[in-house]
Formats: sequence, structure tokens, C-alpha cells
Amino acid sequence: MSAAIGKAGATAQVRMSYLDALVQAQIEELERDERVILMGENMEIYGGGKIFERFDASRIWNMPISETSFTGVGIGAAITGLRPIVDLTIASFMYLASDPIINQASKLRYMTGGQVQVPIVFRCCMYYGAALAAQHSDRPYPMFMNVPGLKILCPSSPADVKGLLKSAVRDDDPVMLFEDTKLWPLKSEVPTDPDYLVPIGKADVKLPGSDVTVVAIGGAMRLALDVGDTLSKEGISLEVIDPRTLKPLDMTTIIESVAKTGRLILIENAHRIANVSAEIAAIVCEEAFNCLKKPILRLSAPDVHVPFSPALENLVFPTKTQLAAAVRRLL
Amino acid sequence: MPLNKSRQCETYRRMLRIRRFEEEGTKLYIAGKIPGAYHASIGQEATIVGACMALRDDDAMTGTHRSHGHPIGKGADLKALMAELMGKETGICKGRGGSMHLADKSVGIIGESAIVGGGIPLATGCGLSAKVRGTDQVSLCFFGDGAVNQGTFHESLNMASLWKLPVIYVCENNGYAITTSVARSHGQPSIAKRAESYGMTGIQIDGQDVRAVYETTDEAVQRARSGHGPTLIEAKTYRFDEHQVGLFVEKSPYRSAEEIEEHKTRRDPIVLYRHVLLSDGISEGELATIEAEVLKTVSEAIRFGEESAMPDAASLYDYLYSDPIPDAAQRATGSR
Repeated sequence: MSAAIGKAGATAQVRMSYLDALVQAQIEELERDERVILMGENMEIYGGGKIFERFDASRIWNMPISETSFTGVGIGAAITGLRPIVDLTIASFMYLASDPIINQASKLRYMTGGQVQVPIVFRCCMYYGAALAAQHSDRPYPMFMNVPGLKILCPSSPADVKGLLKSAVRDDDPVMLFEDTKLWPLKSEVPTDPDYLVPIGKADVKLPGSDVTVVAIGGAMRLALDVGDTLSKEGISLEVIDPRTLKPLDMTTIIESVAKTGRLILIENAHRIANVSAEIAAIVCEEAFNCLKKPILRLSAPDVHVPFSPALENLVFPTKTQLAAAVRRLL
Repeated sequence: MPLNKSRQCETYRRMLRIRRFEEEGTKLYIAGKIPGAYHASIGQEATIVGACMALRDDDAMTGTHRSHGHPIGKGADLKALMAELMGKETGICKGRGGSMHLADKSVGIIGESAIVGGGIPLATGCGLSAKVRGTDQVSLCFFGDGAVNQGTFHESLNMASLWKLPVIYVCENNGYAITTSVARSHGQPSIAKRAESYGMTGIQIDGQDVRAVYETTDEAVQRARSGHGPTLIEAKTYRFDEHQVGLFVEKSPYRSAEEIEEHKTRRDPIVLYRHVLLSDGISEGELATIEAEVLKTVSEAIRFGEESAMPDAASLYDYLYSDPIPDAAQRATGSR
């Protein structure tokens, strides 16, 4: 079915980038289910790894620059029998799409007493750290966490993004996928099984350990694993967890780890105030306070916009040095 | 194609159902039996029913915060609508929607949006869906004169025209966005004229004349079903009551008492249609039968609503997700 598939069988894997895994997931779902359509801007030319040439125009919809309404168009199509993937590209454009996402997609099942379902996926990518200034550099997933009725994904590995995007397309509720462009070039093994799914709402322990629990979100996973590797040479053992799904959060996996280590660091690239780390920290305090040997530490972007100049932008996001220092503070 | 006798009677029945439902609903609201806000469709029945009569049950429809008339116009059962207004478990939306959101999917309504202009992209998406699925379904979108100034109107009509989507945009132009008149908010006061800038047909009609609304919508539906794209219909209508029951501000009238009285006495769409039916040979007796039957149906709906139970506390999280997340529910209610 796809050129990327190597040997047959449910366990076969192939090494590919996060971006290629995203493309692969969409091609597989478009081929599997004719109700799946793609909607987005400039699809013909930047059609996400040549998806465009594989499918006819009724499956791939090149949108005018009307983010609010084409998101609403996707929702109307989802309610009446299709399963659209709406690609909003840069995450800051989610604000334009937020009215139909919040006021329609998230609410219609509830407000109609279950008469309507909205099986739709909203994709966007977070493009920070690339000198694009504040209007193209946001990581806005915490804002949507406050909306009931949405499911929110932010996976960090190629296999997870493939399996979660496929689960999202097959889910009957609106799902948002926040892709971190820091992860796009990252390569690792990805199952080739076209029915390989990662369940929504399940965290994954990316590095097992015993001294400090580190919950890392999106692009922060890369430095968490690097720091875990470095510190292991000093005999410090980090347990690194990727929630993968931000809503609903798998607090069971996180609390089990904290019960073991007694120490928790949260790292993400969203702004500090009311971010995912704040929510996780609050729940750990409510439900596992007795397990904590030290205060919870949070590393995230400060409450300032992402500046254009690289000299300033480099100051905004947590670094490996800061994470290693935080680990040492807790030991 | 003009309506035959039985469809004419059905048109009259639905218009009258809206009127009596709204009159009784207003009384119940004032009596405290309906919570929230109450936006009555009285005066706008011809626009609603005329447009709905041109549709099939499997055609999709979206509406507005003034939502009661749309499902009734599309032929919905009144019992679940009245129960919904009262916040009951038997309500069409299980008590989760209420007055501004009376959507009945069984007659094709996918949502009544209290975000002004919010339904316009959704109806456009229904049209896109019909095109992708290769059916001859159409979608119809009700919105008011106020919604025309939302960006979603511009963006959606552009897309519908670009892809020749089977969508009928019906503007219930009652002259006022709450209190702001068209004259005070539209650079181009002819809403129908805006269609031309999107490359689609735009038609202005008398929204109090149910035959004109039906015939214009029917032509638009035929164009849409045969692949010739969308139509914008501006139906000039009038809201007899306040924007919302109880919202009248005595010292700052935005429309004159004479204007309201003129519409009520000379431009009542139900009175106008009754004359038409009589001159078309339908007897007083036949009309009286319909009128008595409508009163009975509305009374039964009220009784059904009053006798129905309120939703159970344990059902708070029902209908939020397709697969319930019990963990989240427990956490939110502090029971963990």
C-alpha cells in the first residue's frame, strides 16, 4: 500500500521521521476510509509529502485563507457523514479557528443531547525557536485544555504521532493535534501495520528510572531524554514520561511514577501560567501529596512573548542545563 | 411548482403551530416554568415555513438563537421541543440546549447556533459533505440581518460559490440586530445584493408571503440539487415581540409603536395566508379544523413537558464524549 512499508506482519517497523509518520498516517487513513478528507491551505503545492497526487480533488480540499469558516465547514461536513482532517498549519492560526472549535465542535454533541457527533481532527504545528516572532511561534494547547468536549494530543515520537493521528481520525469526537516542529526531523522506528493505533488518553514511559520523575511535553521530550542519558552516567536515574494525550490526561501513569520517585519535574515550552504542567502539578498535590519528598518544579516559557531576535528568543525556552540543575536541586 | 392543497394545509398548520407554541411558551416563560431566555419567532412564520416546505427530511439545516420556529417549520414533533424549553430529560436535547438551541436531528437540523453567524460555515460544510458523498442532498441555513456582518458570512458564501455547493442561505431580515437597525449597521442595505459580489444568485422577497418564500426557496433547492450551486435569499420579515421576552426598555424605543402595530395588523403572515387559502377554495371549516388541532397539539406538548422529569444529577456528564471519561468526571466533582 505504501512505499514506506518494509516487511509484512504486525510487528514490522521502519525507521522514519516524525513528519513522514504524520504523512504516512494521513495517507493510510485516506486509503482506508473514503469518508476521510483533508482540508487546508496551499495543499496542492505543499501537500504534506505528496498526499495531493494520490487522491482526487473530492478528498483533498485546498482552502482559501478563511480559517474561521473553513474550520466550521469541516465541522458541518463531520456532522453529516465525513471525517475531515483540518490542517490549520501554524498554531497561532488556531485562534482564528477557535470559535468554531470551541463554540461548535466541542459543544454540539452535549448541547444536542447526543443527537450530533463531530468526528473531526484539527491539526496544527508549533513553530517556535525559528525567529518567526510572536505571531508565528505560539504553543497554545493549554488554552484549549480548558474546553470540555475536546481531546488534545501532543505526542513526541514518530510512532506515537502516527498511531495517535490514526486513532484521532477513527474517534467520534473532535480531536486537536499539536505537532511540535522541533520533532519533525526526529527519526525512529514506526510500525508499518496500517491498523497500528496508539490509544488516546494513555501516557508512555519513555525512559524508566527511579530517582526523579520528569514529565516532558512535545519538543521538550528531546532535551529530557538527552539529560536523562547524560545524568545516567553520573548514576542519576530519571523516569521520563510523555503524557502524549493532554486531554484526557493519564494521571495514573504519572502518579504511579511519583509514588516511586517522590520527585517531580515538569517541562514544556508553553507559557508558564495555567499550562499543562500547572494542571499536572495541581492534581499530583491533590492526589499524591504524601508521595512527594520535595516540591514540584516546573520549567516552561516565561510570561513574555516569543521575541524575533535569536539572541532574545534563546532565553525563552527551557534548556538542558536548566533541567539538569533542577534535577540536582531535588536530589 | 406550487403547493397542492394538502401541502398548503400543512404549510398553514406549521405556521400556526409556531404561533401557538410561541404564544403559550411566552406565557409559561413569564410564569417561571421555562428557565433562561425566550426568543419568540412570532411574525417570522412565513419565512421559516416557506423555506422549510421546500426541503426534504434528509436535507440538513442550521438555525439561530431564535430557534423554536425552525424545527417546527421542518415538521418536528412539539412534545420534545416544549420539554426542552422546560429543561426536562425528555427534551429534544435532553435539557442540554434550551431555548436558543432547539435542534432536532430527526428532521435534519444539525445545530441552532446562538453565536451569531456560527451556523453559516456549518451549513456550508453540510453542502460540501453532500458533494463529496455524491448525494443530491442540499443544506439550508437560516440567519438574521445581523449575521450578515459577521466574517463567517463573507467567508462561507465565497467558498460555496467557488465550489458550487448545494447550500441555500436564507436571511430572516427582521430589520433589527437586537436593537440595531439595518440602516445603522449595513453599508449596503440590500442584503440580496451582496450575493453578486460572491458570484451567486441573490433574491430579495417578501418574507411575510409564504408562497413567495416557498417558490423562491424551491427554485433555489432545484438549482442546488442539480449542481448549479448556492443561492442567497433575503426574506424581509418582522419580529412582532421584543428580541427576548422581558427585554423592552420603555424609555429608549429603537422602533416605534406605530411600526410594530402596522406589521401586526396589516402584515401578519398567518392572517395573510389564511386569506389566500380561502380564496384558493379551502373552506372555513377545513381551516377551523386545523386551528383546533394545532391548539390541541400545543396543549399536549405542554402537558408532556410539565409531566416530564428533570434530568438526573448522575447524567451531568452524559453526551459530552462518545466514550465517557469517568476519571475526569470524578476528579471534577471532587469525589476522588
